[in-house]
Amino acid sequence: MHAFEYANPTTLKDALALLGNRWGDADVLAGGTDILSLMKDEVYVSKRLVNIKNIKELGGISMSRGALRIGAGATLEQLIENAEIRKSFPSLAAAARGVASPQIRNIGTVGGDLCQRPRCWYYRGGNGLLAKGANGRPLVPNGENKYHAIFGHEGGAYFVSPSSLGPALVALDAKIKLASASGTREVEAAKFFVAPASDTARETALLPNEIVTEILVPAGMRNATYEVREKQALDWPLATASVALQMKGNSVASAKVVLGHVAPTPWLAAAAGQALSGKSLSDSTIAEAADAAVQGAKPLSQNKYKVQLARVAVKRALTEIARGRA
Amino acid sequence: MPTTVRVECTINDETREFLCEPRQSLLECLRDVLGLTGTKEGCNDGNCGSCTVMMDGRIVPSCLVLGVESQGSEITTIEGVARGSELHPLQTAFLESAALQCGICTPGFIVAAKALLDRNPRPDEHEIRLWLANNLCRCTGYDKIIRAVQQAAATLQEAK
Ligand SMILES: Cc1cc2nc3c(=O)[nH]c(=O)nc-3n(C[C@@H](O)[C@@H](O)[C@H](O)COP(=O)(O)OP(=O)(O)OC[C@H]3O[C@@H](n4cnc5c(N)ncnc54)[C@H](O)[C@@H]3O)c2cc1C
Ligand code: FES
Ligand code: FES
Repeated sequence: MHAFEYANPTTLKDALALLGNRWGDADVLAGGTDILSLMKDEVYVSKRLVNIKNIKELGGISMSRGALRIGAGATLEQLIENAEIRKSFPSLAAAARGVASPQIRNIGTVGGDLCQRPRCWYYRGGNGLLAKGANGRPLVPNGENKYHAIFGHEGGAYFVSPSSLGPALVALDAKIKLASASGTREVEAAKFFVAPASDTARETALLPNEIVTEILVPAGMRNATYEVREKQALDWPLATASVALQMKGNSVASAKVVLGHVAPTPWLAAAAGQALSGKSLSDSTIAEAADAAVQGAKPLSQNKYKVQLARVAVKRALTEIARGRA
Repeated sequence: MPTTVRVECTINDETREFLCEPRQSLLECLRDVLGLTGTKEGCNDGNCGSCTVMMDGRIVPSCLVLGVESQGSEITTIEGVARGSELHPLQTAFLESAALQCGICTPGFIVAAKALLDRNPRPDEHEIRLWLANNLCRCTGYDKIIRAVQQAAATLQEAK
């Protein structure tokens, strides 16, 4: 790992003053579970790391005015341990529980989960975010693409968004609050994640001089997440579905179905949401929504299996709600 | 010359002071600066758990924590698990069950398993396996390790 300067501010204001306008001049260090391994492999180099873990205002999880507020510095383990989240946001609790292991969840933060870089092995192997070979041709479509995208890769980003919390937050209509030295702004979770069009672009709306400060999640929706993975723990999901339903009596007034680990962003399956609208949850309406969710998938040479996994994930997430388990 | 930083923290109930570069992990500081070589390096990127230590009451992969971040914290490594020459029941159980071969993974397993038994004295097999999912062993196989943890849990219960 290259040498870097370490800063340990205790206020948000001081932290923001230490960031710059270019990635790599200064970067946020939260739990370090992602950025430190990228820096050790010298896939990423930063001149200054700004530790944000000692900034109190970035911590904490609370309910206020009908919304859940999660400080960006809260750890994934704190999310799971929170009784309110387990009760009213089972989708988030399930997504957090799926991440890695106690060791990683004890230090990995919510903000870091949203801003972590893709796990695509071409990117991690130093081939750039869009994984192009020496001749400028993309390596993924005819390469080892078992774990890559089946949706949304038309723009040349073939990796999958690694964030386990992303799909749940998009389904729940969460807002992400960002601060910079010149002010604050709020971005809808759905707009926070973007498919980069070049190697130097990023996968989120975050700018180099900004810090994610908190995440606001409105309450009142039935919600669930189901992840399909090879092992029960310490494994990345192969496909996930996060669903959030606004109920009116026994029928669904509106629904958001979001797929995870199948596209360079959390993938809103709008057709699945529409398929559920105005209906009650039954085996047949659930099956229709699951089929609608994977319509238009464009699997690569080795990942057609993910289409079926995504369909199953949607079915099981909705079934958890129908059976009153979430 | 890279700048070094002075860090003060508590390791195994003793106040320790050391100098390190910001880029040195806690794992490197423990092993190379402080001579506490019980904690092992496997993958150096969070995947194998051999570097597991307790930090402020929680298990962490010390390869993904910077040495400078340990300022003011309380750390327990494998060297702090035995009481003098009296082994912890987990250590005895690992020896008696032959739950180790090369031993590189063992300190991480014991520190992680101790954290589990401290908060959940009667874990079932599934809970033990899930808790230890981030601790990899390439020689022994997991069954003996899980049995050693179960045996230690039983010994600790009897002692109560
Ligand atoms: C073995 C292993 C398995 C894993 N499995 C999963 C998994 O299944 N699902 C999953 O989602 N993740 C997984 N992870 C990724 C894990 O790194 C994240 O889940 C973790 O939450 C990242 O948080 P962090 O605080 O450690 O981030 P850091 O490494 O500190 O930061 C990650 C990135 O985010 C930026 N950043 C962090 N916080 C902020 C902020 N508040 N504002 C602006 N920028 C910020 C940093 O600059 C950096 O670029 C795994 C990691 C490991 C090592
Ligand atoms: S050496 Fe730290 S997890 Fe492998
Ligand atoms: S005993 Fe060798 S890795 Fe576990």
